[in-house]
Amino acid sequence: MTPRKYLVLACVTLLGACGDVSLSRGMKSVGGITWQHWTHIFAALANPWVAGGIVLLLGFMATYLTALSWADLTYVLPATAFGYIVIAGLSKVFLHEDVTLKRWLGIMLITVGVGFVATGPALTEKHHRLAEPEEKSLAAGGRP
Amino acid sequence: MLKTWITIVVLALESTAGDILISRAMKQIGDLHELRRRAGIPHVIFRVLTSGTLMLGILFMSLAFFSLLAALSWADVSIVGPACGSLTFVSNAVAARIFLHERVDHRRWAAAVCVAAGVALLAT
Repeated sequence: MTPRKYLVLACVTLLGACGDVSLSRGMKSVGGITWQHWTHIFAALANPWVAGGIVLLLGFMATYLTALSWADLTYVLPATAFGYIVIAGLSKVFLHEDVTLKRWLGIMLITVGVGFVATGPALTEKHHRLAEPEEKSLAAGGRP
Repeated sequence: MLKTWITIVVLALESTAGDILISRAMKQIGDLHELRRRAGIPHVIFRVLTSGTLMLGILFMSLAFFSLLAALSWADVSIVGPACGSLTFVSNAVAARIFLHERVDHRRWAAAVCVAAGVALLAT
């Protein structure tokens, strides 16, 4: 992992969280959308917060695709989990949403769960099997 | 509240299908940094835009996006965001094992239990 790749993962996290919060602020001002008037979703696209959220989420998508081109899905997803904490913090500050102690505990548990995976191996067994013959060859003094 | 949770489950399923398809597509395309260095940005854009698997994945992500827009209009983002993310994380682990043949060991199942407990706390 290079610093550039860590930067890509940080962008995935921040762009996703900021995009969600921006969308939420926009949709709250647009009002509720019912199944009878589902076309109002398209009218909501004119809202600056919704439009800004879409731009941020497009940036998220670009960095997400880049990350998935060199890392496993089960590695990239935990790396973006800290976005939940960013969302909760931004929601409290900018949306004045009630983030209670129970919700913070829930967010902490989710982060702990994500930590279990994040501290484990990033590569799947399929990759390990591919690496095994080379490792055995090197251990036996053979050429890779 | 029931409407919110039904939407969250549907959103998680759509996101999982999108994630699995996109992950498979990007592995087929290869490291974008390397590809850009070897063949240039136009070739990278061409490879990405002509991937049928990627386009199908983006279609599912788009469905998830519109479901998210609907859910955010009647629910707190601090519930919808973590709940969808958590459910998607668990369903992705299961789907990655089945469709991408990734290894899901005890550590990853422990993670799933923690995440499920976190979602339960968020819902109360």
